[in-house]
Amino acid sequence: MSVNTAITTSVSSRKPFKDRTRQLWKNIKKNKYRYVLVFPGLVWFIIFKYVPYSGLLMAFQNFSVRKGIFGSPWVGLDNFRYVFSSTDFMNMVRNTLIIGGMNILFYFPLPIIVAVMISEVRHSKFKRITQSTIYLPHFLSWVIVYALTFFLLSVDVGLVNKALTSLGMERISFLTNKTAFYIIITCQTIWRETGWGTILFLAAIAGINQELYEAAAIDGAGRLRQIWHVTLPGIKMTIVTMLILRVGRVADVSLEQVLLIQNPLIQSVSEVFDTYAYNYGIIQGLTSIGTAVSAFKSVVNLVFVLTADFVCKRLGEDGIF
Amino acid sequence: MSFRIGKKFTLLDVIIYASLILLSFICVGPFIYVLSVSFTSPDVYVPYQFYLVPKKFSLASYMYLLNADSFMKALENSAFITIVGTLIALAITFSFAYGICKQDMPGRKLFNTLIIITMLFSAGIIPDYMLMKNLKLINSHWAIIFALATSAWNVVVVRSFLKSLPVELEEAAMMDGYNDIQIFFRIILPLAKPCLASFLLIFAVQYWNVYFTSMLYISDPNKWTLQVLVKSLIVDASSDAAGMAGDEKRLPQETIRYAAVMLSMFPILVVYPFLQRYFVSGMTLGAVKG
Repeated sequence: MSVNTAITTSVSSRKPFKDRTRQLWKNIKKNKYRYVLVFPGLVWFIIFKYVPYSGLLMAFQNFSVRKGIFGSPWVGLDNFRYVFSSTDFMNMVRNTLIIGGMNILFYFPLPIIVAVMISEVRHSKFKRITQSTIYLPHFLSWVIVYALTFFLLSVDVGLVNKALTSLGMERISFLTNKTAFYIIITCQTIWRETGWGTILFLAAIAGINQELYEAAAIDGAGRLRQIWHVTLPGIKMTIVTMLILRVGRVADVSLEQVLLIQNPLIQSVSEVFDTYAYNYGIIQGLTSIGTAVSAFKSVVNLVFVLTADFVCKRLGEDGIF
Repeated sequence: MSFRIGKKFTLLDVIIYASLILLSFICVGPFIYVLSVSFTSPDVYVPYQFYLVPKKFSLASYMYLLNADSFMKALENSAFITIVGTLIALAITFSFAYGICKQDMPGRKLFNTLIIITMLFSAGIIPDYMLMKNLKLINSHWAIIFALATSAWNVVVVRSFLKSLPVELEEAAMMDGYNDIQIFFRIILPLAKPCLASFLLIFAVQYWNVYFTSMLYISDPNKWTLQVLVKSLIVDASSDAAGMAGDEKRLPQETIRYAAVMLSMFPILVVYPFLQRYFVSGMTLGAVKG
């Protein structure tokens, strides 16, 4: 008897196909105006995001503009083979890793430190003014950042070189120096993003239970110890999550930032995947190679980001998705 | 904030305050120098010497730029792209986000997946360029406007904001016979003002600061946007390159370059103090979602 009821319940809980389709149409009609609202955005995503995906086919062709996508000969993975075996490729990988590595080593801790410092300030006016000033660089374009870099470091008119000459020393050409490049890029990122990066950590610090501080104080902890034992552990998960996500985005070097400062003398240390795609794919018209490089970088980025997200979720935190 | 007994100003406080003042100075200081040079009279400015306070105050560099055709054209182009772009970006983002924010809509999961995919993987600049070429938008400002109109991240943040709005008002309106579109315009948008303000700023700043996208799609110097012009002023050895030749009174490029940088920052600097909290709340909206 219980088996029969089980069978009948499971069968009757699935409505017949006709009813479900009717329900579906009713839902669609009920929402018909929402579809109207969705329409412009949908069209935008299809045209500007999905149609270009078909352009990825060019990576597998020897693309010529005259012949178009349907007329150009197919070359399979030749473009990829060409790129992978070139010295440029090793340069790109190395440069990406160095830029990303320096970013994580030198930039990443700073917003955390600054956020902790800000959270320790009691004088609210000072706090507000400080925050206003340090957020500002984030809203300026990379062109402005590059302009400031140029005004500072240019071999002819830069501030540093003016100072050097007035002290009777030789001028140094920073902007064409290969080692200086990585340092300059990292410093630019630090200058522009440290302030803005504190927002997230400040929010996390604000979420720490104040009683924990009092308890620590009662146990005799001075302020530094309180910071070490209450503040930092309190935002540990935020730090770990951000770190993982940051590592996940290591392949994503800012194209504008690098392109602005790039010049032929530092090409070998500054070339990354996107700049290569731009320099060779667009400027020199080697469409297929450029597309192949971009596609490769996108895939690598995807894998890293998904892995990072997975690791975050395994640790019990929300990932990006 | 740590707990402490008494109001003593300890060494730690000194370090903290000093560091923060230093950081603030590093962020803002460069502009004081740039400002100073830009207001220096070109007659007394010697490119190889350092000045902090202008030796002789002058607006000559600014007047030069404001009278230069190429500069004003670039300014006009940027203004057009910023205003039109921001409006279109807001329209597309908010309408789409509201459209997909309700649970009971067939196809919602499909739309969500669609946009998440675009967040993870992009075709790259070359297919994007080909698309604009096929749409005949190369050398048109619309290429920039549409290319940057929205993104999956923007939609996701706006959607989560809209989801958090109380449903009672919508339900009441539906009972009164309003359809979704009317509800969107009369009820949702007014309620979403803070979110609208934040994204208005996000989009406006994005369009005003655009450099690479502009470089990619526009080759005609008459259609250059402001940042592209500023960059060519800085990088190119002579200001002739920006099409500013034909002036009898050749000013030294330095003061002009510095003035150009200040002018291109000007709108943001002006707007920033008043709207700072909208800038910040936009970020926190995003941070909450992740």
